[in-house]
Amino acid sequence: MRTFVSDRALQIPPSGIRKFFDLALTMNDVISLGVGEPDFRTPWNICEAGIYSVEQGATSYTSNRGLQSLRDALAAHLASRYQLRYSADNEMIITSGVSEGLDIAIRAIVNPGDEVLIAEPSYVSYAPCVALAGGIPVPVECTEQDHFRLNPDKLQAKITPRTKALIINFPNNPTGAVMKKEDLEPIADIVTDRDLMLLSDEVYSEITYESTHVAAATVKDLWERTITLNGFSKSYAMTGWRVGFLCAPKEICDAALKIHQYVMLCAPVMGQIGALEALRSAEDEKTSMVNEYRLRRNMFVAGLNRIGLSCHVPDGAFYAFPSVKGTGLSDAEFAERLLREQRVAVVPGSVFGSGGEYHLRCAYAVSRKELTEALGRMETFINGL
Amino acid sequence: MDDKDLELLRILEENSRLSAQEIGSMTNLIPAEVEARIHTLEESRIIRKYTTVINWEKAGNGEVSAILELKVSPERDFGYDRIAERLSRFRQVRTLRLITGTYDLQVMVSGKNMQEVSRFVSEHVAPMDRIRETATHIVMKSYKENGNTLFEQQETERLPYSF
Repeated sequence: MRTFVSDRALQIPPSGIRKFFDLALTMNDVISLGVGEPDFRTPWNICEAGIYSVEQGATSYTSNRGLQSLRDALAAHLASRYQLRYSADNEMIITSGVSEGLDIAIRAIVNPGDEVLIAEPSYVSYAPCVALAGGIPVPVECTEQDHFRLNPDKLQAKITPRTKALIINFPNNPTGAVMKKEDLEPIADIVTDRDLMLLSDEVYSEITYESTHVAAATVKDLWERTITLNGFSKSYAMTGWRVGFLCAPKEICDAALKIHQYVMLCAPVMGQIGALEALRSAEDEKTSMVNEYRLRRNMFVAGLNRIGLSCHVPDGAFYAFPSVKGTGLSDAEFAERLLREQRVAVVPGSVFGSGGEYHLRCAYAVSRKELTEALGRMETFINGL
Repeated sequence: MDDKDLELLRILEENSRLSAQEIGSMTNLIPAEVEARIHTLEESRIIRKYTTVINWEKAGNGEVSAILELKVSPERDFGYDRIAERLSRFRQVRTLRLITGTYDLQVMVSGKNMQEVSRFVSEHVAPMDRIRETATHIVMKSYKENGNTLFEQQETERLPYSF
């Protein structure tokens, strides 16, 4: 029998943490700092809205773009919180999480052979999504010296005549880095000069510790060449509800909508109703979650530095990204031995692309008690090296 | 009062037994400053006291609690303050609030048993001057106290890794 698996599917690398995942499942008493989702439950008013909607029989498809009421509320929210202005009628699509938004955004703009720059370390799906669309992913490394922000010179150096777009994600998974307005301005100049499209994944926008998030599309003239991707998963602890959104100028949005209607039809209706409730009345819950993450960040990052894993202070998301250079181990060796010997699960930084080598992604979306215990175990591990 | 003080209050409200060192590591303050700030908050009576939320039912030492609704005739010059302060002095009164609506004072009382509660109401509260009417509701079960749910919630399953 011939091979039926497509070249494109074959070309995608397997998950960088499969081995760890399987190993962790065989062990007891593992403290996992490997999870990229909030440890909070979805605020109850959101759950209640979802349950009530099902009881009321809201179980059908919605319009492809998503519920009008949700888009209206979202347009108002984006305008008031980020001065980000999109029409609820034709510049916005409610997606099944940011994952889907990312996929349809890339497919809407990438032709075979187009190069797409990816600011790395980055979320693991960008490069495969670009490859699946026939594009060529090109990493641009964000370094520790730059506090893992995107450096304009490094960006400039990677641009070729075939470059079509740039994907960025700030606040960043896995580094926690944040780009402020003054950091984004030189990037905006380059993106505009070189006539590129910007895909900005801002799913951690609500989780910042020092200042309000700056939406890329609000910087200089970026609006007309930006696709803003965001969602409810991280900000409202709604990962399993699968609700995200894509905002872009009409022409791009129309193209993405065509793909969305064929591959997804619409985001789950109960998720959309939950998301609407989140916008209407979960502001306090969101704030208290961010306050709690801030406390954990402070104690965890201080703890990492104390036990000898140097770590920059992340200004957003819920990840710390310490360096293991001083230990003589690679990030993968460190992560595997830490799991086997001390039952603490972290993700090796190299999984997230260039710039991630010799780092660990540690999600502090676990209780303070577990963080303290994890730090103790990591200290024991390091002292035993 | 500044943002750091608010942060300290939120931490202490949730768990007042954390050490100054633990609180310091969460707030980027040195322990001495944590202690000094808490001291100031105590002195200014913003922090009233440190207490514990106990599920007495589970401890097998269940007290009887009741909610009293009191209609009160306010006094010239004092309004409700004098009678409310007088009631507040009783050990059995756990919480006392002046509220709007069909009655005036809402009083949470507790005692070792039903007898003690009913005696307290009939002998001390009801006969008080200016209390025109009382309604007593016995608490059958408590599901949430001071923001803490008292029923067990199922742990949700999380994957050990996700991106």
